[in-house]
Amino acid sequence: MPLLEITDMTVAYGRIEAVRGVSITVEEGELVTLIGANGAGKTTTMRAVSGIRPLSRGKIVFDGKDITRMKPHLRVLEGIVQAPEGRGIFPGMTVLENLEMGAYGRTFENKAVHDETLARVFELFPRLEDRTSQVGGTMSGGEQQMLAIGRALMARPRLMLLDEPSMGLAPMVIQQIFRIVSEINAQGTTVLLVEQNARQALSRSHRAYVLETGEVVRSGGGRELLADPSIKEAYLGVA
Amino acid sequence: MLVHGVLAADPLIGFDLAALGRNFWALTVDGLTYGAVYALVAVGYTLVYGVLRLINFAHSEIFMLGMFGQYATLLALGFYPSGDAFDKGILLTVLYLGIAMIGGMVVAGGAAVGLERVAYRPLRKRGAPSLVFLITAIGASFVIQEFVHFVLPALTGGELGGVNAEQPIRLVEPEVQFTLFGANVTNVTLIIIFSALILALATDMFINRTKFGRGIRAVAQDPVTATLMGVSRERIIMLTFLIGGVLAGAAALLYTLRVPNGIIYSGGFILGIKAFSAAVLGGIGNLRGALLGGLLLGVMENYGQVVFGTEWRDVVAFVLLIVVLMFRPTGILGESLGRARA
Repeated sequence: MPLLEITDMTVAYGRIEAVRGVSITVEEGELVTLIGANGAGKTTTMRAVSGIRPLSRGKIVFDGKDITRMKPHLRVLEGIVQAPEGRGIFPGMTVLENLEMGAYGRTFENKAVHDETLARVFELFPRLEDRTSQVGGTMSGGEQQMLAIGRALMARPRLMLLDEPSMGLAPMVIQQIFRIVSEINAQGTTVLLVEQNARQALSRSHRAYVLETGEVVRSGGGRELLADPSIKEAYLGVA
Repeated sequence: MLVHGVLAADPLIGFDLAALGRNFWALTVDGLTYGAVYALVAVGYTLVYGVLRLINFAHSEIFMLGMFGQYATLLALGFYPSGDAFDKGILLTVLYLGIAMIGGMVVAGGAAVGLERVAYRPLRKRGAPSLVFLITAIGASFVIQEFVHFVLPALTGGELGGVNAEQPIRLVEPEVQFTLFGANVTNVTLIIIFSALILALATDMFINRTKFGRGIRAVAQDPVTATLMGVSRERIIMLTFLIGGVLAGAAALLYTLRVPNGIIYSGGFILGIKAFSAAVLGGIGNLRGALLGGLLLGVMENYGQVVFGTEWRDVVAFVLLIVVLMFRPTGILGESLGRARA
């Protein structure tokens, strides 16, 4: 049974259907990527999985449970956590407060589990530990992205949704972020990733879906798609 | 000089700086008691604005209901309006004050949450534009006023509400406790300032140090991301109205100690506008700004009424607001609950 199963999902903004009849599955432990151009429906798909965009058709099943109509904040309790597009750092909160926000919906078994989770985040992102009292709004883009991922980890997610983590970052930082995403996945967290930076994303994914104008046009193994000439042409900028 | 001549000849407006100098400390102390009340009420405006970007104009009526709430509590405790002040010792006085305050808090807090449920939540569910919320707020304000004006007397057999102000219950008679730089400090002043200080500190701690306080700030700063973190926006909105209402209820009791004749259906209106001005003055959306703005407004209007004449009191408050906004449109402290000031 897949961890996440989206079946025939349509999401509309008014009369415009941003996503049409999309079906996507993510198995437990996988790193799955959605690639596609701007406006292909990637972010809309993520929003629908998190519950902040309603579906006009289709259904979403998480871990065997139909969550199609579940309230977004309850999905966090189920284990679906998103680091949103644009990172969504709370600008007036410190780094530590931002991290604590990740754990907001969660009641930890005890303080030890909380501390252990925080320690794990600091292990992945040592720079955050140095800056616990810095205000989120004053950090660089790369630091904010690290904070956004660290914050999502604070919820101890079963499925982490990452929407364009490389957006607006320098190539060095992008490398670093992708390495950490791979590591998080290797440690057992299932990841659904949305990326424009297709080469990096595909080379690190188990599987990938290609979205075009709201529909899935291709899917397959990450490296398989990376080697595909038509994908190369359309998304990797090589003829 | 012509200007001076006009001012001197016209009895409408005075200009007596010497009087301010003579009574400076007395005016400051009394201004702080008003300011403390404005500050507590202003918190309700500022928090709701922070999470909903809504000016809840009906908040002044929540305050008014709080005045009736504490009054009804005192009646229920067996007090009645009479010429004699309560004199059974300080401990019992404090106890009854505490109970009356809780009565005011329960009524105002409950009314605020009820208002949110009945008036605003249905609009949110339908995605109404913000102008509709504003009109609804003004409408709700009238509904609550007229409820106390016409319906409450019918419900209570004429005991409460109606066209006239309630007869004051004299629980605490003002007595001078000590003098500060020549200003008399009464027991009423002390009760108001200390109670307000404790409530303000508690609110500040709640917003800045607790999980639910973080939730409120998160919704104010980025409602969508807050939802993605597992925050129930609806619950946070309810909590915000509750806090604002509870503080308005507490402020209502404190206000009636200073102004015993103010318990009337229209008694929240001007005070509400002043508290709203205080919130804007300090930077709407900013908790500490609301507290600071309240105190400042209370003190400044007290100075102003001595310099220009009593009837200019309200004018001074609003002119101060306009002048500050001309130079600092975001208010004195700016908006920190909502956005960081990088």
